[in-house]
Amino acid sequence: MKEKEMEKKSYERPVIKPLNSGLMNKFGTRTEYTPVTHIDGVSVKSLIEEYGSPLFVFSERKIRENIRDAKRIFETRYPKVQFAWSYKTNYLNAICRTFHQEGSWAEVVSIFEYHKAVSNGVPPEKILFNGPDKTDEDLRISVKNDSLIHIDHLDELYRLIEIAGEMHKKPRVAIRVNMDTGVYPIWDRFGFNYENGQAWDAINKIMAGDKLNLIGLHCHIGTYMLTPSAYGIAASKMADLALGIKRRYKKNISYIDIGGGFASKNTLKGSYQLGTDAVPDISEYAEQIAGSLLNAGFDTDELPYLYLETGRALIDDAGFLLGTVISNKRLSDGRRSTIMDFGVNILFTAFWYDHKVSPAQEFSRFTEDTVLYGPLCMNIDVIRENVTLPPLNAGDHVVVHFVGAYNITQSMQFIALRPNVVMIDLKGESHIIRKAETMDDVERNERIPAHLENFKL
Amino acid sequence: MVKIKKNIAVSDTGFLFNPMTGDSFSVNPIGQEIIRAFQEEKGEEEILEEILEAYRVDRSTAEKDLLDFKKMLAHYKLID
Ligand SMILES: Cc1ncc(COP(=O)(O)O)c(C=O)c1O
Repeated sequence: MKEKEMEKKSYERPVIKPLNSGLMNKFGTRTEYTPVTHIDGVSVKSLIEEYGSPLFVFSERKIRENIRDAKRIFETRYPKVQFAWSYKTNYLNAICRTFHQEGSWAEVVSIFEYHKAVSNGVPPEKILFNGPDKTDEDLRISVKNDSLIHIDHLDELYRLIEIAGEMHKKPRVAIRVNMDTGVYPIWDRFGFNYENGQAWDAINKIMAGDKLNLIGLHCHIGTYMLTPSAYGIAASKMADLALGIKRRYKKNISYIDIGGGFASKNTLKGSYQLGTDAVPDISEYAEQIAGSLLNAGFDTDELPYLYLETGRALIDDAGFLLGTVISNKRLSDGRRSTIMDFGVNILFTAFWYDHKVSPAQEFSRFTEDTVLYGPLCMNIDVIRENVTLPPLNAGDHVVVHFVGAYNITQSMQFIALRPNVVMIDLKGESHIIRKAETMDDVERNERIPAHLENFKL
Repeated sequence: MVKIKKNIAVSDTGFLFNPMTGDSFSVNPIGQEIIRAFQEEKGEEEILEEILEAYRVDRSTAEKDLLDFKKMLAHYKLID
């Protein structure tokens, strides 16, 4: 019987697809449905067998490659470079520690992330504390620890001056600056504006009081920025402020922090080019930033450090989501729809990206346009509105690419428990870096008032 | 009994042309086999048995897919 089974041909669903040239796949490429059967040499099938489906998989090799490449690209263009891992992008401790092993400091935007960085072993004086919501208590902790406090608004500035006075300590601070870089809308809700003089107001306030040690300038001009020249403009304006401070107060600014925002290889919804083709290389951003800083007019021995808080561009392509087909359905207009076992609850970025999806097994060259749905019983639960894939059967696996940034940190426990997250190390061994949620994890903090304990149905 | 419209031909490369409408389609190998079987006026149960004999697939999957394929042939107006 077994032998007879082997003699049979492998099965593929019957497919018929209209050939109208007008409706060709707008990308004209086949890369999307080239099967991806292995990640870093480990088979998708075996990963799902061992850890279940859906499953997040991170490649340690890719993370290290990304940060090393980025460092090399910047360090060959500018002499003083320091990366700080942007915790919000992905704060699984194993991920953070990989970056810290590669020399990255920590960039945090809440006291929760701050404590995470500390407990990961980041020396507090190598933590950059951003964000508009630092309480007095948060500020006291960072002052005591000598962390780098990036002041976001005037209320924070005044409170920090007071706290520094009470604590008899002079905190090391930077101000966050926002500006017009030619890319709109301007992210002007964070920090002090450059063009209208707010930035100078803050600088003057700090310098007049002598309670804070202004050592840095910070900006973060946006995220998924496709225009490298915007970074050239940002770096020039920051350098201009630093040189102005030098002129006016004889004080050297020791670092300029350019924030994050480099685009990852994902494809933004509505874009007619695949992300892998449209997105600038990190070297193009580096060229702009280094060029502006080197030509700004600093004395060579007074060049400020360049800090970078790059997030998605360093982690997106190191993360994969493996999933399984639950069912196929024909929509009333004849389109095929495929229901997957993962939805926007764990793939939040499906709202703004057309994620690349590959089948995880070999197929013939026949493909079909398909809508990919999640399992959530909600209209918003769409993974891809239209994707060209070979005919997938229930039980088949897929690999979703470029999911390393923001999905782990923004995922929701909604309708289903969140799945395992594993990392494949440099030797091809897989490790759980976050266990799948259990009922107990979810209900641990719930309380039931006595009068609701019992009922009869 | 499913009846494929007259004059419809499927090439070995899976190219299907409907001369009545000018529509063309691509059909994968198993789809071609099914269309040919319909043209030979085989019944659905018989076709299903042939698929199960030739391919590594369970009955319920093959049955569901055959049903869906038939719907698509109707959707593209390829059957009477
Ligand atoms: C202050 C700050 N730094 C860095 C980042 C990381 O940005 P990205 O992932 O776009 O590189 C962010 C993200 O919004 C941010 O707000």
